[in-house]
Amino acid sequence: MSTTEQLFDYTLRSHPGAGEVPSDPTPTLPMAKALNAGLAAAMQADDKVLLMGEDIGQLGGVFRITEGLQDRFGPERVRDTPLAEAGIIGTAIGLALRGYRPVVEIQFDGFVWPGFDQITSQLAKMANRLPAHMSLPVVIRIPYGGHIGAVEHHQESPEAYFAHTPGLRVVSPSTPNDAYWMIQEAIASKDPVVFLEPKSRYWPKGQVDLVDGHVPMHTTRVARTGTEVTLVGHGAMVATLMQAAELAESEGTSCEVIDLRSISPIDWEPLLASVRKTGRLVIAQEASGFVSVGSEIAATVAEKAFYTMQAPPLRVSGFDIPFPVSKLEHLHLPDADRVLEAVDRALAY
Amino acid sequence: MSFRAAAPATTTIRLLDTEGRFVETDENAEFAAAARAIPDETLLAMHRRMVLTRRFDHAGHNLQRTGQLGLWVPSHGQEAAQTGSVFALRAQDHVFPSYREHAVTMHRGVEPMEIIAMYRGQTHGGWDPDERGNTHISTLVIGSQTLHATGYALGQKLDGDVGTGDPDRDACSIVYFGDGATSQGDVNEAYVFSASTKAPVVFFLQNNHWAISVPVAVQSPTPLVDRPRGFGIPSVLIDGNDVLASYTASVVATDHARSGKGPAFIEADTYRIGAHTSSDDPSRYRGDDELDEWVRRDPITRSAAYLRSKGVTDEQLAAFDEEGEDIAADVRRRTVALTAPSVDVMFDNVYREPHPLIAEQKAWLERYEAGYEGGAHA
Repeated sequence: MSTTEQLFDYTLRSHPGAGEVPSDPTPTLPMAKALNAGLAAAMQADDKVLLMGEDIGQLGGVFRITEGLQDRFGPERVRDTPLAEAGIIGTAIGLALRGYRPVVEIQFDGFVWPGFDQITSQLAKMANRLPAHMSLPVVIRIPYGGHIGAVEHHQESPEAYFAHTPGLRVVSPSTPNDAYWMIQEAIASKDPVVFLEPKSRYWPKGQVDLVDGHVPMHTTRVARTGTEVTLVGHGAMVATLMQAAELAESEGTSCEVIDLRSISPIDWEPLLASVRKTGRLVIAQEASGFVSVGSEIAATVAEKAFYTMQAPPLRVSGFDIPFPVSKLEHLHLPDADRVLEAVDRALAY
Repeated sequence: MSFRAAAPATTTIRLLDTEGRFVETDENAEFAAAARAIPDETLLAMHRRMVLTRRFDHAGHNLQRTGQLGLWVPSHGQEAAQTGSVFALRAQDHVFPSYREHAVTMHRGVEPMEIIAMYRGQTHGGWDPDERGNTHISTLVIGSQTLHATGYALGQKLDGDVGTGDPDRDACSIVYFGDGATSQGDVNEAYVFSASTKAPVVFFLQNNHWAISVPVAVQSPTPLVDRPRGFGIPSVLIDGNDVLASYTASVVATDHARSGKGPAFIEADTYRIGAHTSSDDPSRYRGDDELDEWVRRDPITRSAAYLRSKGVTDEQLAAFDEEGEDIAADVRRRTVALTAPSVDVMFDNVYREPHPLIAEQKAWLERYEAGYEGGAHA
């Protein structure tokens, strides 16, 4: 099935057990359901956790991530809000000051901008204005990225805007297991967290370890070991990098794949250790490349691992254009072939 | 007593005329009855708060003019609107100021020097709301705090702290903003969210007629008090230079919110006698005639005349002036004695949990400074 077909296959069905943590300790779940279970676990662990957003109640959100939660926890804790993103973020700040832990759903990446001032000028900076015992534990969930064939404003990758803003933490899981655990850790954090959900990865299934699967969210993960080229990315791009690494291996090149997981702060050491080993780095991202997370990675690796590098860090990014029409998105979004083209260039130095 | 939502917006609730005479009409009858019941000691306390605020405000202005503060935002002229409203609050209520509400913040327990500190460049905040009468810190982006107050009030409601009938439990939040702010999307979204959720929030608009240099007519061709009614929020227009009108209307509005009926709105018609901030020059955009007219409606003169008519002596009133002089002298002394804040504050408060990048940069700056005798910027 195409990603778009998977979307409709998932959203047009109801899902038994939605709103509950599965009883099987190691279920195989799509990320959409792992997030649902993670939210349920966080809500049952702490009654100050509230969900707020557009259409998250009876509909379960446009991607059904909150399905079943309103039935289980009630309309006061799973709140359908008026349709206004600044209002959602701004009132979440007030609720956090009151002692609640609001988890806000922004319906699509491109709809976060009406709330941008409340996120960057208020939420991000407020802890810095307040005494140390006060905190702003707000999580902003944003389904992000392309591959779903959608209309404009529904396929953007806004991570650089938030990673550039001091006071925020920015993370993005790439697997169902990480999604289950990282959403709970984000909710438990005293700091505001922008939680970017790679929407094209909502539906592929993976095993979730509900007992021992937790890896701290601000740590970089080595997703595949290799010796010649380091490939790094986050969110949906990790699957593309894994595919590229397999293809490279079939052609005799050994690639290491690094899943960033945390975009702000970045856990540099595993990435630097990998680059010191391979001497080559290819950075891939759906976002436009100019002044991007990939730019920061290239600069930092160049500063800290310069003498071990055999080639300059190379970036494979979305072009510096508004997200194109969906019939052309396959040309905009980096795929395994574009990653391999960069791998070839790195090896040719 | 309640707001008559159907009353035309042009009806201004006023209980003291510009000469300080108590005025009772059909239109203000409910408010007048409440105002007559205000104990003399409360009237005196409100007057004192206005006098002290004005003297403090002038001290802040002078400190800016002598280079001790980076900026000052004067409150001169708006003392009655602020004081009447804050006196209507209960201990458990929460306050979300903008940045000009010196009477409000000080009455809730904020120290004068905590206000000075922000304009001196010592802090971005200044005080702990828990220790200062639930007074949240200033917000400088216009209107943003209306959403914070609405969210906070929703939390008060979710906690069951409205509509119990227990005067020590039922709570509300009050948010202060100005005429310029009414154009902001955030403020209008606060109307939407508070009306939708019946959050116990009181919107206290100080219409001081000027958003820096732009007159209120540019913000709206219709009275601002009319706007919230379209959102389902009852509203009232008061003479904002009449402390009795501000107090009684605020009692009504806060009771409305605490009882669980949802948000309420007060437009206080007042005037900024001074500049927007010390960086502004109002002579470039407004005339002396308008200013003179508003000086004639001065809130403190009016309150003093009313108090004298009730038998308060000049000596009693003069004592407040002396107290104000003492506060001003103390603020001057303490301001010039302030030393630069610790470098730690730049880094330590950004996050509440450890953050490697911040830690690395803090350590770097410490090493860098240590590399110079007495610091790189000694």
